[in-house]
Amino acid sequence: MAELYGKIVLPGEEVEKNEFSYKFNDRFISKKVSLISKNEEKTKAISLSSTYYPEVGDNVIGIVREVEAAGWLVDINSINYAFLPIAEVVREFIDIYRTDLSKTININEVIYAKVINVINYKIIQISIKNGNFKKLNGGGVISVNPAKVARIIGKNMSMMKLISEKTNCEIIAGKNGYIWIKSKKAENMIKAINAIKFIEKNSHFKGLTEMVIKYLEEK
Amino acid sequence: MIDERIVLQLLKEGKRLDNRSFLEYRKIEIEKDIIPKAEGSASVKLGNTLVIAGVKVELAQPFPDTPNEGILVVNAEFPPIAHPTFEPGPPNEYAIELARLVDRIIRESKMIELDKLFIEDGKVYGIFVDIHIISNDGNLLDASTLASIAALHSTKIPKYENNSLIRNEFIGNLPVRYKPTYVTIGKINDSYILDLTYDEEQVINDLIAFGIRDDEKIVAVQKLRGKFKFNEIEKLLDLAIDKSKEIRKYL
Amino acid sequence: MKKENIKLLENGKRSDGRNLDEIRNINIELGIIPIANGSAKFSFGNTVAIAAVYGARSLQPKFLQEDEKAVVRVRYNMAPFSTDTRKNPGIDRRSIELSKVLRDAIENSIFLEEYPRAVIDCYAEVISSDGSTRITSLNAISLALALAGISMKDLIVGLTAGKIEDKIVVDLNQLEDNYGSADISFGYLFATDEIVLLQMDGELKKEEFLYALSLLKEKAKVVYEKQKEALRNYLEKEKYD
Repeated sequence: MAELYGKIVLPGEEVEKNEFSYKFNDRFISKKVSLISKNEEKTKAISLSSTYYPEVGDNVIGIVREVEAAGWLVDINSINYAFLPIAEVVREFIDIYRTDLSKTININEVIYAKVINVINYKIIQISIKNGNFKKLNGGGVISVNPAKVARIIGKNMSMMKLISEKTNCEIIAGKNGYIWIKSKKAENMIKAINAIKFIEKNSHFKGLTEMVIKYLEEK
Repeated sequence: MIDERIVLQLLKEGKRLDNRSFLEYRKIEIEKDIIPKAEGSASVKLGNTLVIAGVKVELAQPFPDTPNEGILVVNAEFPPIAHPTFEPGPPNEYAIELARLVDRIIRESKMIELDKLFIEDGKVYGIFVDIHIISNDGNLLDASTLASIAALHSTKIPKYENNSLIRNEFIGNLPVRYKPTYVTIGKINDSYILDLTYDEEQVINDLIAFGIRDDEKIVAVQKLRGKFKFNEIEKLLDLAIDKSKEIRKYL
Repeated sequence: MKKENIKLLENGKRSDGRNLDEIRNINIELGIIPIANGSAKFSFGNTVAIAAVYGARSLQPKFLQEDEKAVVRVRYNMAPFSTDTRKNPGIDRRSIELSKVLRDAIENSIFLEEYPRAVIDCYAEVISSDGSTRITSLNAISLALALAGISMKDLIVGLTAGKIEDKIVVDLNQLEDNYGSADISFGYLFATDEIVLLQMDGELKKEEFLYALSLLKEKAKVVYEKQKEALRNYLEKEKYD
């Protein structure tokens, strides 16, 4: 049995103040199933299952659901769709009355985007204008629990690089729990997806990297 | 969630995410007599698909054209608990199709000796099979049929006395004799594929189901989706007959 | 069966051999519907409910949305084969009322404002009934909500009580529910000491009612601990496969 790298707390249990606690009669009470880990004297709570709440600066994978007059509605695995305005896609002027935006990005296409504006999680704006952000061609998306993405990416992307190298897949993990994967060979895709699912299931155990290496070698 | 694009890519290369071969079923687990108040019941787990079938035996009026036979009613519910795309409300066309297909395989295989369910003039035993989908990860027809047949084979007939049924006293088992099963076959790039997961079902265009009885007689057929070539039916039948033997062993 | 023939108490023991303040066997299975955000099977003896939570997810069409908080939708349903006489499939007036009562309990146990414009769908299916079905459903939904990572004040703990002969008992079975002289359904949050579900029918004196409530609160602790134990075991289990 592997060792947990923290202590599990459940909703209703008294905790030291953390991200997922509320105050009641001078006590702090956990709102969520979470893992409290003490690293370098710092206490950190990780929700073990969660909804994705976008923050400005997050890198996300999105699936286009609707093409509107002035941009696209994009599913980023959150409680509301994000909006991708035309100006955050192309630099040149587009006459929206004469352009069919679905020719630029169509429904069901996948993008790698940055969150640029969030107002109370109701208005969420994303951009693919700068950096590596773009429309992704080929491959496809799988979803994982957003709370586990950090472990799937690993420190300095170590875990993602490991899976990518061992399976020969292109992988981009969005902070929102959507992960884009592409490979010419089905076998590689299967290996990569199963490794990601394995991390998702076992993310709260210690020694995960060794477990993943062993897992990939066995398969 | 797994993107259809990924599933399609895998299938086109002859691969499945769970590393099964195309003709391999997921692990089948059947449990009988799980609902204390049902006269017969069974749950079937097929990978992540979970179906419960319950049989209630009630007093009923016979149908006018078969006054000396018991009646059979099959109903299926797709409650929203089972899948994010299932919506609350009355059964949709897929739930009704599934119920009718299970009804057909039970009826046409003559697995229940309905003539033994006569009580007295105008009064017979009614056999109500209710299929409840709990978790949908595809191949609901094969799973629901397994659950229904297993439940019927575990059904006991309550005693009839003074115009009513005595719920905790039984006169014997429901008279049943066969274990018919459906084998649903999908087609992709001219390859046949069995026991589709929900994600796989979304990308398969051609789907057909064969109901086979223990003696290899074909008792029900439904082309569920798409099209098949005239001269491939024999191959499909051979596959269905072959596989029906394998999954019948779990009953 | 006629009422006078039913013996609910004999030598201080109930029809199924329990003591007055004894809860039936509690059985919990978690994660049985993998596609749901959270799912649980909960049983008190022969009463079994399966619950799933989907969400918080985006709510369409838009006019259904609440601008500053989540919409909670609850559906309580009994399988046709769960009862003595087959129940007609589908939702009847009783199911609609119980769904509403459960929804109200859930709405008051979670932080709705954390999910503006979204929906949290909670579904419960009673697959086997032997009394206390709504409360069994409530416990199943509580566990499914926790696994779905929904922000909640506490796990929601449910228990029933009632009066049989002249005694107050907890966790009614079908017989006691049908032939007892009163029954109470109770949903409670220990962390905040709040009652979020309360229904009663029958006949009780004020003192009896208050005693029943205090017994419910005391014995609900057993259910609370079972919920926690199940969650801990589930989360600590290595899922290597």
